Amino acid sequence: MTILELLTLFYIFVLATFSGFELISKVPPNLHTPLMSGSNAISGITIVGALICSTAALKLPGIYGKITGLLAIVLATINVVGGYLVTDRMLKMFKKKK
Amino acid sequence: MDKQIFIQITYLISSVLFIFGIKMLGKTSTARQGNFYSTFAMLLAIVATLYSQEIFSVWEIFAAILVGSAIGTVAALTVPMTSMPEMVALFNGVGGAASVLVAVTEYWNKTNTSTSIDSIIGTSISVSIIIGAVTFSGSLVAYGKLSGKITGKAVVYPLQHPINALLFLVAVVFAVYTVVTPTETIILILTSLSLLLGILLVIPIGGADMPVVISLLNSYSGMAGCATGFILNNNVLVISGALVGSSGIILTQIMCKAMNRSLVSVLLGGFGQVAGTSTTVSGATGKPAKEVGIEEAAMLFDGASSVIIVPGYGMAVAQAQHAVRDLMKLLEKKGCNTRFAIHPVAGRMPGHMNVLLAEAEVPYDKMIEMDLINPDFPNTDIVFVVGANDIVNPAARNNPSSPIYGMPILNADKAKMVIVSKRSMAVGYAGIENELFTLDNTFMLFGDAKATISKLVQELEQMS
Repeated sequence: MTILELLTLFYIFVLATFSGFELISKVPPNLHTPLMSGSNAISGITIVGALICSTAALKLPGIYGKITGLLAIVLATINVVGGYLVTDRMLKMFKKKK
Repeated sequence: MDKQIFIQITYLISSVLFIFGIKMLGKTSTARQGNFYSTFAMLLAIVATLYSQEIFSVWEIFAAILVGSAIGTVAALTVPMTSMPEMVALFNGVGGAASVLVAVTEYWNKTNTSTSIDSIIGTSISVSIIIGAVTFSGSLVAYGKLSGKITGKAVVYPLQHPINALLFLVAVVFAVYTVVTPTETIILILTSLSLLLGILLVIPIGGADMPVVISLLNSYSGMAGCATGFILNNNVLVISGALVGSSGIILTQIMCKAMNRSLVSVLLGGFGQVAGTSTTVSGATGKPAKEVGIEEAAMLFDGASSVIIVPGYGMAVAQAQHAVRDLMKLLEKKGCNTRFAIHPVAGRMPGHMNVLLAEAEVPYDKMIEMDLINPDFPNTDIVFVVGANDIVNPAARNNPSSPIYGMPILNADKAKMVIVSKRSMAVGYAGIENELFTLDNTFMLFGDAKATISKLVQELEQMS
């Protein structure tokens, strides 16, 4: 990776962090738990990384990379699927007075 | 169209949808839709990646996705709402572990193809491993504490902080080694040290400080994902990781503020261990608490025209949320204005009480946050405290020597009458007595919250 590529990633990182602060700062306490599990599901985006590196590992010799890569996919998928489903389950329960 | 451009555009759309999703999660009316946007964004990113890597035909990858989806689905659909803090802790940990594995796999790929690992990639790999491993083991300890598998109390021992600091320094040294001369042994040592660090960092933090810890681990899991984005030079990983990282930090700050404690003091841990012996609340000692029976309590409720219910962790432990809902419905039917006052740190994770009450079908506009409901306490006939303690302790307001002095509380003591459902006179998490329990207008309703409140509802029903 070149320094320039790194700097571009840093730009993105800094800007995304600031937007994260702006987006979340006014969430009502009601939604703290779903927000947490929902954002936790988003952190399962590691699955993209897991897919990329295990595809490479599967094409290469050596068994270790394959094992860690596939295990990463399994864990990240648990995070993504479980996180989104449980968040939806909670949000479904939040109802206004009929 | 060039394939790379197509993929990058899809990642861009997916990032935008993540941002909209998070934004919409912040409003009750749009939250569910927001979560759907974010799910769709994830699906887009995954499909684009599968396409870019031409892996639609690799069966191992699909098997792995299938296994993960099955486990995730079963876990998400079977977990009871009372165990939500444990579930979120576990999911955090799993995400952290995935980041470590991505970093390790990428290291193996590079060595396997004899690609040299430059210092930028090396640093990103080290950072992913440290944050990911700390998130993983720390979350497992948090899970153990929340589920009661290990003691929920703060575990303290001599030289705790110097040992942790030393461990961290050694980890940094090995991280530098990973950058300079990466070998399998060094990466293994770095991972082990980080795992140990995660355990030792969460062990000294007591049960009621868990809202802060879970928020922080949530933030870490995002940052770990972000670090893997730096390894793979991938924008969507960096963006979504950073979003989660910053939202977790905000929640952490909210929790700390609600306890009037600094993040540092929470992380150093050991809170509530010494306080119990050194502090006695003036006026509380020697004065007995007044007890009230179920029938008598029912009569008091029957005469009330406004009631505020203050739920705490005890309500979750006793699984009393449905009984409390029945009480609310009955009181409402009698024309009594009934609302819930929710303290930001009531329970074991941010918003814990809201989820439990929502599960029991309490409408969310009945759950009022602390700052909005505090002015209403003096005009309220009865405040019903269910399994809450420190968050209604007036010492936080008027006793400068109390360890919780300065913490914002619900002003239950200002109501015309207070009824407290509690198992015994035991002290709360902070280990101090609660002078609310011995006030002239306070009555204690001893016993298991679920059983006593169910009986209370029966009595009340017979009166109408």
